[in-house]
Amino acid sequence: MKKTVLVKMKENQKGRVLEITGGYSIQNKFMSMGIYPGREITKLSHFALKGPVTIKTGRSVLALGHGMAAKIILEVE
Amino acid sequence: MIKRVFLIGNPNVGKSVVFSRLTGVQVISSNYPGTTVEIIKGYLKLGEDKIEVIDLPGTYSLEPSSKAEEVAVNLLKGSLPEESAVINIIDATNLERNLFLTLQLIEQGYPVIVCLNMCDDTEHRGIHIDFKKLEELLGVAVVPTCAVTGVGIKFLLERLKEAKPFTENKLAHEARWQRIGTIVDSAQKLTHRHHSFREMLEDASIRPLSGLFISIAVIYTSFKIVRFIGEGLITRVFDPFFFNHYQPFLEKLSSALAPGSFLHHLVVGELINGKIDFKQSMGVLTTAPYIEFAMVLPYIISFYFVLSLLEDIGYLPRLAILLDNLLHRLGLHGFAIIPVLLGFGCNVPGILATRSLESKRERFIASTLISIGVPCVPLQAMIFGLLGSFSGFYVGGVYLVLFSIMIITGVLLNYFLKGYSPELLLEIPPYRFPPFGAFTQKLFFRIKGFIIEAVPIVLLGVAMINLLLYFHLFDFVTGIFAPVIQGLFGLPKDAVVALVIGFLRKDIAVGMLIPLGLSAKQLFIAATLLAISFPCVATFVVLWKELGAKELLKATSIMIGASLVVGTILNFGILH
Repeated sequence: MKKTVLVKMKENQKGRVLEITGGYSIQNKFMSMGIYPGREITKLSHFALKGPVTIKTGRSVLALGHGMAAKIILEVE
Repeated sequence: MIKRVFLIGNPNVGKSVVFSRLTGVQVISSNYPGTTVEIIKGYLKLGEDKIEVIDLPGTYSLEPSSKAEEVAVNLLKGSLPEESAVINIIDATNLERNLFLTLQLIEQGYPVIVCLNMCDDTEHRGIHIDFKKLEELLGVAVVPTCAVTGVGIKFLLERLKEAKPFTENKLAHEARWQRIGTIVDSAQKLTHRHHSFREMLEDASIRPLSGLFISIAVIYTSFKIVRFIGEGLITRVFDPFFFNHYQPFLEKLSSALAPGSFLHHLVVGELINGKIDFKQSMGVLTTAPYIEFAMVLPYIISFYFVLSLLEDIGYLPRLAILLDNLLHRLGLHGFAIIPVLLGFGCNVPGILATRSLESKRERFIASTLISIGVPCVPLQAMIFGLLGSFSGFYVGGVYLVLFSIMIITGVLLNYFLKGYSPELLLEIPPYRFPPFGAFTQKLFFRIKGFIIEAVPIVLLGVAMINLLLYFHLFDFVTGIFAPVIQGLFGLPKDAVVALVIGFLRKDIAVGMLIPLGLSAKQLFIAATLLAISFPCVATFVVLWKELGAKELLKATSIMIGASLVVGTILNFGILH
């Protein structure tokens, strides 16, 4: 197990959310869409030049801006 | 006794489709989060009672994060009188995520019943939901429906009276997700399915390389289809009708009214070389219907055909991911591409759609860029009709200039405006294929909307121009603006009239350029200026409502400034 940030994960890699390093409103927004500590998510793709990241959480596919993805700390194998 | 029903749910679960089913009121629904940005009201009859139904913009939770969500949550929180019920619509293909809002609603004591929508879409995805079990675990009525076909709506109405509030402990967010986990585990069974072709496409379109190829293919094909259908309708349907059937009638009318009389001038207009010329006569029954029906309407049909298809399939959010990076440079994020695309149809719905953007700053930038650089279908159709006869180079040139202006203005606004713009956070829906009936209904709804809104203004506008020309009242206006128009833009002073009329409607404005016999360069400049300068009056009013007077003034000065600069550069620089 090791700690990493969503933006540094590889495509198709799975991880468990450890924490979200953002303010209350961003945590809330993530929370309501199904990204919260303890949740397992899969990174799907990452666009070049600090582009967006896509992830799968449960049955939802979400796209996050690079800055948002940099706020999600996960635990990976 | 229930008198009022609120429809609430996550974005893109089909609230608007349920609303249309309940009330018979047609509203636009698509396959992307954030189609509905305003509160829509309608009525349904239940036995003897008339119940008000309120469709709210989608929200993930009762803590809003965009203007559209705020509108929904505030209305729900603000006043919920005794006789109200809340129908919480949830997407059966994504039960877990949807239940977050459901539990929040139940915990906060709203009288809720759950409408489990898209039930037809579950089995082939390997999802099996035990409705009875779900009902038991949630403690509120759960009705499975498929709103696009209408299945289950009757049962939903029958069980509406079961919507009653009951007190429940408020949970912390984490605890709520835990409870959802237990509910989903016992009410839903998943069976493994092999990846279907559709899922492979869904996946390929969000990966950088394959996504880029798919987007190029989609945009190219869309453009080809719009032109193919648009031109096909003009040459095969509308032109033959006007020239073979309508013209003989007008010729009889013309000789009956006697050319030269006032009435002839108003109704038929000027005869060009002794004949009626649909493009130049400027009569209420000649040029007005020809511009709207034979030049603009065919492209309205073809544009909305393609746009509706892309919306319903669910491609647009994928385009948002691909363009996120570019749009960041303009102070926006990827989702802004959706208002921009809607703006290509008509700027009004485009600007309204900016409500789905999170900050005021983004909404200002997006609205300004749409009014400056996004030509609506009526304007584009006229540009095609007019400049297309010179060469494709000029048509492409207009788009290139507009695109550059948008990028430059966006970069400048992003640099000079205070604050920063939030980032993309967007749910990507699965691809869905709309039932044929629902699709054609939406297309007809949009075409009908165009005809109802545009035709009266065009008739009135042409009548007004006609009278002003007859009484030579334009001379005054042309005199004032002539130095700018002639000196800076190299246009004849009569073009002032067209630019002023552009405030009323862009299509008639371009129509007014035809009789002036402009050169390709002059037409190019005039068409570009019509797009950049003032928006039409309908857009102007919406900008005012959405941004407020002060911001509107700011946006307008940017537009005027941009037109002066671009017009001058085009005249003296590039095209000299």
